[in-house]
Amino acid sequence: MKIAIVNYGMGNLGSVRRAFEELGAEPLIANHPSALYDVNRIVLPGVGAFAEGMAHLDQGGWSDTLRELVGEQGKPLLGICLGMQMLAGEGHEGGVTSGLGLISGQVRRLDALGCSLRIPHVGWNEVCHAEQDVLFEGIPSAADFYFVHSYAFVPEQREHLIASVPYDVDLTAAVRRDHVFGCQFHPEKSSKAGRRLLRNFLSYSPC
Amino acid sequence: MGLAKRIIPCLDVTAGRVVKGTNFVDLRDAGDPIEIARRYDEQGADEVTFLDITASSDQRDIILHIVEACAAQVFIPLTVGGGVRTVADVRRLLNAGADKVSMNTAAVQNPDLVADASAKVGNQCIVVAIDAKQTAPGLWQVFTHGGRNNTGLDAVEWARKVQQLGAGEILLTSMDRDGTKNGFDLALTRAVSDAVDIPVIASGGVGNLQHLADGVSEGRADAVLAASIFHFGEYTVREAKEYMRERGIEVRL
Repeated sequence: MKIAIVNYGMGNLGSVRRAFEELGAEPLIANHPSALYDVNRIVLPGVGAFAEGMAHLDQGGWSDTLRELVGEQGKPLLGICLGMQMLAGEGHEGGVTSGLGLISGQVRRLDALGCSLRIPHVGWNEVCHAEQDVLFEGIPSAADFYFVHSYAFVPEQREHLIASVPYDVDLTAAVRRDHVFGCQFHPEKSSKAGRRLLRNFLSYSPC
Repeated sequence: MGLAKRIIPCLDVTAGRVVKGTNFVDLRDAGDPIEIARRYDEQGADEVTFLDITASSDQRDIILHIVEACAAQVFIPLTVGGGVRTVADVRRLLNAGADKVSMNTAAVQNPDLVADASAKVGNQCIVVAIDAKQTAPGLWQVFTHGGRNNTGLDAVEWARKVQQLGAGEILLTSMDRDGTKNGFDLALTRAVSDAVDIPVIASGGVGNLQHLADGVSEGRADAVLAASIFHFGEYTVREAKEYMRERGIEVRL
């Protein structure tokens, strides 16, 4: 199983790569969009702010390639943290910015979503997934995952929300539209539960 | 149920080794950073923090190698601080595998650094470390340069200020308590926790498990950081979590 980890100049790819290696996959760090064509899976990681992340994706030619390979041709993708947020149509961090638009929705600051607890939401929090999605197979509901974020994805369509995390308000923990997956938490930093989720992403086969 | 309180072992690293001192001086060797970080991961630590206390700039790159090696073997979050001066320093540490970067002296000297860095990498990656010392009852001031320079800044005011600048978290160390094993400065911890909306990590002075629980329940900290009680094998992180859970504190076990 070949996996490309998109290196668009934002943050830490080493732990994501290493986590996939542990699972017996062959992750490669993709430094150019052309590297995405002959892999089975794409991972869009990311640490940072939405507007800057999108600027990097656009300038590096990643956005068009991702829309083509994932949006049109159906290659499975997992977005992590900022990488998940940028799947949305629109982000509000660092000005209102267009996202990749692979799952329609907006990314808003937690307080704009009614959250009155500490922001960023940092630490291990339980993740609730009502119906068993392939991404959470074998993971008990309410298992803890590691979060660190100040913004959250609000999917336009309810069916795209596959897991939520209770803070003082329920926030989106994971989204999915067909073969496009995204999680707000960091599976690569979430010990055993995180490893299982990455394994589930590897085993997923699009119908 | 919800967000768990975190236990964070802290590793002071110099020239590639973990050391621990009292009141910021009198260092003793505590071992290899990667080996220690792995042990804490196995024990259920929620994060690990590396503070690079290397004084000379020519040895600065050693920490990058340690961070890289650690991120490849330890699958919990890693915060790294010490000697961070520029946004480029922040980026280098994040690229090496850090999840969060902590800044202290440079934030005081150049508050714009906090704003610039958080705008570039997101505030969730930016931790401002505050070293505070009591100067009068109910009053604490911010010290820099490993505790040598009094900035004259009020610690609570500075905490509010760094939140406004874009810090995502505050690592609050009482220099009066650091290394003493007399417990956190709970009044300081509470004063800062109540003053800001971002998470506060209490640090400095942990000598037993009761101190950790007090930091959360009385100091209202979101996370507690400790070094020597874990390094020298007095307690495991798991024991600390079990103790806290018995006292009604939500932890990840």
